Amino acid sequence: MRMIDANTMGTPAVTSGAVPAPALKAEARALDFFYGEVQALRKIDLPVWENRVTALIGPSGCGKSTFLRCFNRMHDIGEGRNRYHGEIVFHPDGVDILHRSVDPIEVRMRIGMVFQKPNPFPKSIFENVAYGLRVRGERSRSAIADRVEAALRDASLWDEVGDRLHDMAFNLSGGQQQRLCIARALATSPELLLFDEPTSALDPNATANIEDLINRLKEKVSILIVTHNMQQAARVSDYTAFMYLGELVEFGDTNVVFTNPKKRQTEDYITGRFG
Amino acid sequence: MTTETARIRRLVARGKRFDKVFVILGLMSLMVGVLTLAVLLAGLVHDGAARLDWDFFTRFPSRRAGNAGILSAIVGSTLVMLITALTAIPLGVAAGVYLEEYARRNWLTEIIEINVNNLAGVPSIIYGLLALGLFVYALDFGQSILSAGLTLALLILPVIIVATREAIRAIPSSIREGACALGATRWQMVRDHIIPYSTGGILTGVIIGLARAIGETAPIITIGALTFIAFLPDPPLGAEFPFVSFEWLKSPFTVMPIQMFNWMSRPQAAFQVNAAAAGVVLVVMTLVMNGAAIWLRMRYRKRIKW
Ligand SMILES: Nc1ncnc2c1ncn2[C@@H]1O[C@H](COP(=O)(O)OP(=O)(O)O)[C@@H](O)[C@H]1O
Ligand SMILES: [Mg+2]
Repeated sequence: MRMIDANTMGTPAVTSGAVPAPALKAEARALDFFYGEVQALRKIDLPVWENRVTALIGPSGCGKSTFLRCFNRMHDIGEGRNRYHGEIVFHPDGVDILHRSVDPIEVRMRIGMVFQKPNPFPKSIFENVAYGLRVRGERSRSAIADRVEAALRDASLWDEVGDRLHDMAFNLSGGQQQRLCIARALATSPELLLFDEPTSALDPNATANIEDLINRLKEKVSILIVTHNMQQAARVSDYTAFMYLGELVEFGDTNVVFTNPKKRQTEDYITGRFG
Repeated sequence: MTTETARIRRLVARGKRFDKVFVILGLMSLMVGVLTLAVLLAGLVHDGAARLDWDFFTRFPSRRAGNAGILSAIVGSTLVMLITALTAIPLGVAAGVYLEEYARRNWLTEIIEINVNNLAGVPSIIYGLLALGLFVYALDFGQSILSAGLTLALLILPVIIVATREAIRAIPSSIREGACALGATRWQMVRDHIIPYSTGGILTGVIIGLARAIGETAPIITIGALTFIAFLPDPPLGAEFPFVSFEWLKSPFTVMPIQMFNWMSRPQAAFQVNAAAAGVVLVVMTLVMNGAAIWLRMRYRKRIKW
């Protein structure tokens, strides 16, 4: 599965070496982030590879969610005292999605997100999945129906809900709701999908389902996932980034980070000595 | 039994005595409100029962008490409420949505907010004065249904704004984030989520506001509602071109509380019976509206539980 020589991936902001690498999907460059006066992220460099799963791990409060939310400009909603410094370059276009001239809505059109707690809309299953298409002005009923079905299949939910698409989404179980949220994000064919601890509110069974799903989804979409469950990071990700106190401590091939971390802090964290 | 156990038992027993005392006090306080209303309503029904028949609803006021009815008052109240609802709902909802979803938090918004809350406490007769100057004279709407409806709309606007804002605030931020993450613009968010999910709360506020407005007398008298109206406004639909008519908006009118007040101020006992009967109708109308508000709230609460 691992297609990259571990040695080329040992440090942040790696440029691909001689070994054929997957394409870059996005890249954080010297990213700082401030909640008002409080700096939450410091000089983060991180590549996100296409059709790969990149996991962000680190102790609670280290800035994983903050970092993830930079990618779809989620910090722009609400009262605007949040500031970004640095860039997140989105490929293949090479645009800096944090740039002032880029509309956050435009960014969110291309980058989907799944949240920690399932947050379906109080609408029908069908309308939940269709919503992103409606936002994009899709009118054709049949096109919407096709996309909804495809997204529900991709999210392994079709078999369970295909015959009751017009039931309220709230009636689904927690795990089904989270897969519905994944389907909702997939329906609009995002190029990058962000997951913020998507299984932390779910039971082990539902968690396993979602992990399987993530493993399959990377054929279609690049994935950046926050998790504070290290086994999960090891199971689902190709690359792992360890964050601590708002900084990126170590980034590399997941196998390497977990078996042979370069930094002391990483080792302490994955061996459970803190966090 | 150790002395410690005995001490604790005494302590608990003493605490429980206060529980009992409070239950009695609380029940008594509750009864003061509920019983007063019940007695009042029973009194009205008792006094007015003689006139509560179909004729009472289908007749115009008359000099002979036994012939008088509340037709013009009911039609007047209904039309005034219609104008009130048609203007207060869009204005109030728009203002509430703006304050919650669009307005930046700054001193200007702060001042507006304080003023909205203060408006709810302004005596209704002040609205009457304002309306007399603005609607009746400056805008030349006259002493009409339109003026009355707009006046009451101003009166209940704060209620609707506050209800809208509270309903919107009850929507969890995770829902907003979900919509936002899909690329929804602010307007799409408002149209597809904020308004649909707060409809229950908004409607409740609207009905409570209308229930208050339907009983308002002072501002309506101030703008010059008549107390004796023996005709109905022009019908809104006609047989001849252009088929719709808005003449009724300009029509003089009376409303339920004014009709009731008029009868009460007559010396003859027979008119007191009419007043009581009209009072029953008015109270029932208000209770029905409040009941509808409660029903709506429960219905929506069942459908959308965060
Ligand atoms: N809206 C906010 N305003 C101010 N500080 C925040 C806000 N959200 C998070 N923080 C702070 O930023 C830091 C990183 O938080 P977060 O990204 O949520 O951590 P993680 O997801 O890794 O647990 C924490 O110290 C947290 O207290
Ligand atoms: Mg987090």
